[in-house]
Amino acid sequence: MKISRKMAFLPALTLSLAALAGVSQSVVAEGWTPKKPVEFVIMAGPGGGADKMARLMQTVIQKHKFSPKPFIPVNKAGGSGAEALMHLKSKKGDDHIVMVTLNSFYTTPLRQPALKVQPLDFTPIARMAEDTFLLWVGKNSGINTLDDFVKAAKAKGNDWIMAGTGRGGEDELLTSYLNRTYDLNIRYVPYKGGGRVAKELVGGHADSTVNNPSEQMGFYLAGDSKPIAAFTGARLPLFKEAPTLTELGQPFEYYMQRSVVGAPGMSDEAADFYREVFTKVYNSEEWQKYMKDKSLQGEFMTGTNLQDYWTRENNNHKVLLSKIGEIKQ
Amino acid sequence: MEILQLLLGGFSVAFEPMNLFLVIVGCAVGLFIGAMPGLGSVNGVAILLPVTFIVPPTSAIIFLAAIYYGAMYGGAVSSIMLGIPGASTAVATTFDGRPMAVQGNADKALVAAAVASFAGGTISIVLFTLFAPPLAKVALAFGSPEEFALMMLAFGTFIGLGGDDIPKTFFSIFIGLVLSAVGLDVMSGEPRLIFGDISGFFHGINFLVLAIGIYGIGEILWTIETSKGTVAVASATVNVQRIIATLGELKKSIKTMFMGSFIGYFVGLLPAAGATPGSIMAYGMAKTLSKNPGSYGKGNIDGVAAPEAANNAASTGSMLPMLTLGIPGSPTTAILLGGMVIWGLEPGPRLFVEQSDFVWGLIASLYVANLFAVILNVAFLPLFIWVLKLRFTVLAPVIFVLCVVGGYAPTQDMHDVWLMLLFGVVGYLMRKLDYPMAPMVLAIVLGPLAESSLRQSLMISHGSPMVFFERPIAGVTMLIAALLFLLPVFQAIKARIKGVNQGNAGKLGDNSAGS
Repeated sequence: MKISRKMAFLPALTLSLAALAGVSQSVVAEGWTPKKPVEFVIMAGPGGGADKMARLMQTVIQKHKFSPKPFIPVNKAGGSGAEALMHLKSKKGDDHIVMVTLNSFYTTPLRQPALKVQPLDFTPIARMAEDTFLLWVGKNSGINTLDDFVKAAKAKGNDWIMAGTGRGGEDELLTSYLNRTYDLNIRYVPYKGGGRVAKELVGGHADSTVNNPSEQMGFYLAGDSKPIAAFTGARLPLFKEAPTLTELGQPFEYYMQRSVVGAPGMSDEAADFYREVFTKVYNSEEWQKYMKDKSLQGEFMTGTNLQDYWTRENNNHKVLLSKIGEIKQ
Repeated sequence: MEILQLLLGGFSVAFEPMNLFLVIVGCAVGLFIGAMPGLGSVNGVAILLPVTFIVPPTSAIIFLAAIYYGAMYGGAVSSIMLGIPGASTAVATTFDGRPMAVQGNADKALVAAAVASFAGGTISIVLFTLFAPPLAKVALAFGSPEEFALMMLAFGTFIGLGGDDIPKTFFSIFIGLVLSAVGLDVMSGEPRLIFGDISGFFHGINFLVLAIGIYGIGEILWTIETSKGTVAVASATVNVQRIIATLGELKKSIKTMFMGSFIGYFVGLLPAAGATPGSIMAYGMAKTLSKNPGSYGKGNIDGVAAPEAANNAASTGSMLPMLTLGIPGSPTTAILLGGMVIWGLEPGPRLFVEQSDFVWGLIASLYVANLFAVILNVAFLPLFIWVLKLRFTVLAPVIFVLCVVGGYAPTQDMHDVWLMLLFGVVGYLMRKLDYPMAPMVLAIVLGPLAESSLRQSLMISHGSPMVFFERPIAGVTMLIAALLFLLPVFQAIKARIKGVNQGNAGKLGDNSAGS
């Protein structure tokens, strides 16, 4: 009884603490620290892989008090990430905004030169992981191998529906890769957010998806969906039954960056602060566990390494998008 | 019986002293957050999420669910008292709640809101308790065509009304749809209607900006004009007799509350919809089914009961896809979902089996939260009424400031504040010209949902609109929607026949739908 009363008092205490957060804690010994809450833009809709991850980062930061001011997540999913990119671009020189980004960081600006967004102008903070992709089908589809998949998809022609997140992004690139490589005519239908995509597959409204593991995990564990191939170099430890495309005779790998970027022209002091914060997040027990549970790969990357990685990936995506006619030369 | 046992187990969790304490604190905090314009349950839950890391997951979600619930009650308060929607979920409550307050019946409106919220909460939790797993299948069965059909049904409820001027209703809906198309195309990401290159339009027109502008600012302008300087203090009283009398009056609204609860719950179940469309649809449906649709928007107590029952029911409903499918049914549950990930719980079909303590503790605490929210709400009634008794010269600047804050808060962009003021002037003019504004608000909420589901459906069907009629759920829904669209035509024909027979075409308002 005594204990529970004490514990009951805790939330109220923390409430007032949260209000005083800036004053009462000495988190970073010296150097720049945020003066107000940091806007934490998520370049995707609620419920998808990027969203879940961003919210985990936010809470790890608050739980361990890595920052004296809270990070406030804001979803900006519109237009395959264009909304988020435009928003960040308009905050040039702002030290109180960072964004969780994915591959639409390259693809959306490439597809839409009218936005006048240059991904390489943004301030590199950290690459937290690379997410993986698998090819998923429903449990009652009767499909168990990639061969089955190709046969079934061929039979249905362009009535075969692949649900994916957004236009011209990761999912559509993978769909067009499958179409070209296996001579298929799959129809791609975009939805807002990976969680919704996973539901479309399980609800029988789509025939296949290329979800990230975190998006299908709940359904996979319940036996409602199954992975039949992985777009990775080696088999994923959590999905040993799914062979890689390379094993199946098509050397192809595709990953999605899970990175954090700052506005263009962010001050060096602020960028250093955020790099330190996200290094700590990366090394936290929670993040490491999440990476393992959700089959994330890739090591931590920051500064010029990250910039080089972006340059490389940006060029790769230019080639991939040209192949599907999304970039007009 | 098994359910009863699980529920009892859940109650033993919910009644642990700490959990009970958290429920009460959560309801109070939620009530306050909901009542502040611009701050909705989303903000409340987001701000307090980190607080929950010091307690076990079950206590944490109980706390956040209580905030969510409290905010649904609180949203009605500023909608009724100030005419500014306290949260997006309470917009439909302003339609009739505000006129009631102006007529000196603020206490009645508040009591109606509280009772309806309680009814909505209770009915939805009972549905949740009894039918959670099968209802999860319903959510799965809803694909894009079904979603679009449902949107058409919602629009239908706003057109098929005897009372309003039909062409003006259409006009209002179309303006709302155009406004909802501003911003980046949901599918391709191309910018649309951004007036050259105004970056503030890229994120689209936030629906709260429109609602606060039209109802909050428009209301101030209207009051200033109609009162011509000598503003009378709204007569407002609250006492036990009046509350009891109101409860008696509410007996007539029981049917409306049931209907609102069911609509709210089912709309809440569908991923991506949430409490805002649910409450607006319930309002539209209540008006359509009413014997006297013309009295809506002028202070009909049913017009408060329907959306308030629906938004609470929807908040319970949207927990279901979150727990069983891992897809948030509303922005608030999206944040709850984030919390679950951190607490180490994997949402999905297996959650009910593997974490049954957690799930049933949550369900039981919803019953408890619902009870405490209504008690707190009634206890605060005198305070709310006191606000109304402030002089207009004091109240108007306060409302104005709250509107500006509420317009700024969601996007934190001054562009939206200017836009909101502009909408205020437009709203005032529309009111002078007697245009209905509710359909416009409905259109800006449902427009984006309708657009993406329409385009997805047509992509799936190779452009054939038959996809909306060939699937059973979509087909039936579309048929009902079509009948609603045609209702004014039938009514006009009926009125003409009656008019010819009786030589008296003047009493159009007496013709009720469906009689």
